[in-house]
Amino acid sequence: MSFRQEHELHKRRFGRNLGLGLVLAGLVALVFGLTVVKVGVDGFTLEQNSEARD
Amino acid sequence: MSDASLNTASTPSQAGPGDAEFGDYFALLKPRVMTLVVFTAFVGLMAAPQGVHPVVAFAAILFIAVGGGASGALNMWWDADIDRVMKRTRNRPIPAGKVTESEAFAFGITLAAFSVVLLALATNLLAGALLAFTIFFYVVIYSMWLKRWTPQNIVIGGAAGAFPPMIGWAAATGTISIESILMFTLIFMWTPPHFWALALFMRSDYDEAGVPMLTVTHGRPATRRHILVYTVLLAALAVATAFTSVGGPIYLTVAVVLNGAFMLGAVHIWRRDEDMAEADNYAVERKFFRLSLYYLFAHFVAIALEASLVPFGLGGW
Repeated sequence: MSFRQEHELHKRRFGRNLGLGLVLAGLVALVFGLTVVKVGVDGFTLEQNSEARD
Repeated sequence: MSDASLNTASTPSQAGPGDAEFGDYFALLKPRVMTLVVFTAFVGLMAAPQGVHPVVAFAAILFIAVGGGASGALNMWWDADIDRVMKRTRNRPIPAGKVTESEAFAFGITLAAFSVVLLALATNLLAGALLAFTIFFYVVIYSMWLKRWTPQNIVIGGAAGAFPPMIGWAAATGTISIESILMFTLIFMWTPPHFWALALFMRSDYDEAGVPMLTVTHGRPATRRHILVYTVLLAALAVATAFTSVGGPIYLTVAVVLNGAFMLGAVHIWRRDEDMAEADNYAVERKFFRLSLYYLFAHFVAIALEASLVPFGLGGW
């Protein structure tokens, strides 16, 4: 007994889901990268500067 | 009738709502227009005096591109009826039956909100506000109002495509300055001759769709005169930009050569009538249109070059 043959519609949905998954993964990576940069520039650097002044 | 044929008949491959491919949604973003948005926004960001962290710059350009794409999707949603009539746009996802109009609307409005909020968070409020205004301008002012109402649709609507370098500049500096206004004006003045040349050789498309292009409302000789006038004004502006802070010797050379060629092309178009144009299948108009693509690209490459040479003591005056 074999599994039901995959319909073209399933391939299309899989492609769409895969594409969306990759886009979301990219967005997570980008937001993480932005967070690191923003914290590095505006947060920790200022913190260190204020400590240095003390 | 065989089982196979029954199966095929009961499950047609035609996409229903929610069954489009990933690429169909991507096509809604007008990728070719997006490349121009990405490029000009990048130059705007690069020409700005303040340096931006590469990750922030990448995010800014990406969100500007997504915002531009979102306005493209909303434009396709609103103009689906026109797109079905015009040969040039008949294969877009909505007229081709791949994406429904409501899907395109939901996709466009979600991406628009998403891109504006994220750009504002990643850079600053001014950049986010400018992107929001650009989307509003393109969708509401141009697509919904001007496009079907006035033959000046291209002139005023061209402003929407002119904003990206200004947003790029604002993302880096948090301000609007004379340099960013000049980059805006360069694209703004370039748009009418570019699209009117296209309208001259895509002759039946706009007529059949009932879009009041200048060629339809005022005739082709008037369109040819308009192309010449706008090209002269554009040339003056483009060369004058060379003597501002975003210009320099490289830009001046590019501007003089290309504006000379562009003006020559505009004069040729102006001196021709429809019989001459039909005889060579609008060869001069097509050549002018192609040149217009290189024209804008080269001007912005020159601005980027001037900016990138400044750290080495070169570039600019």
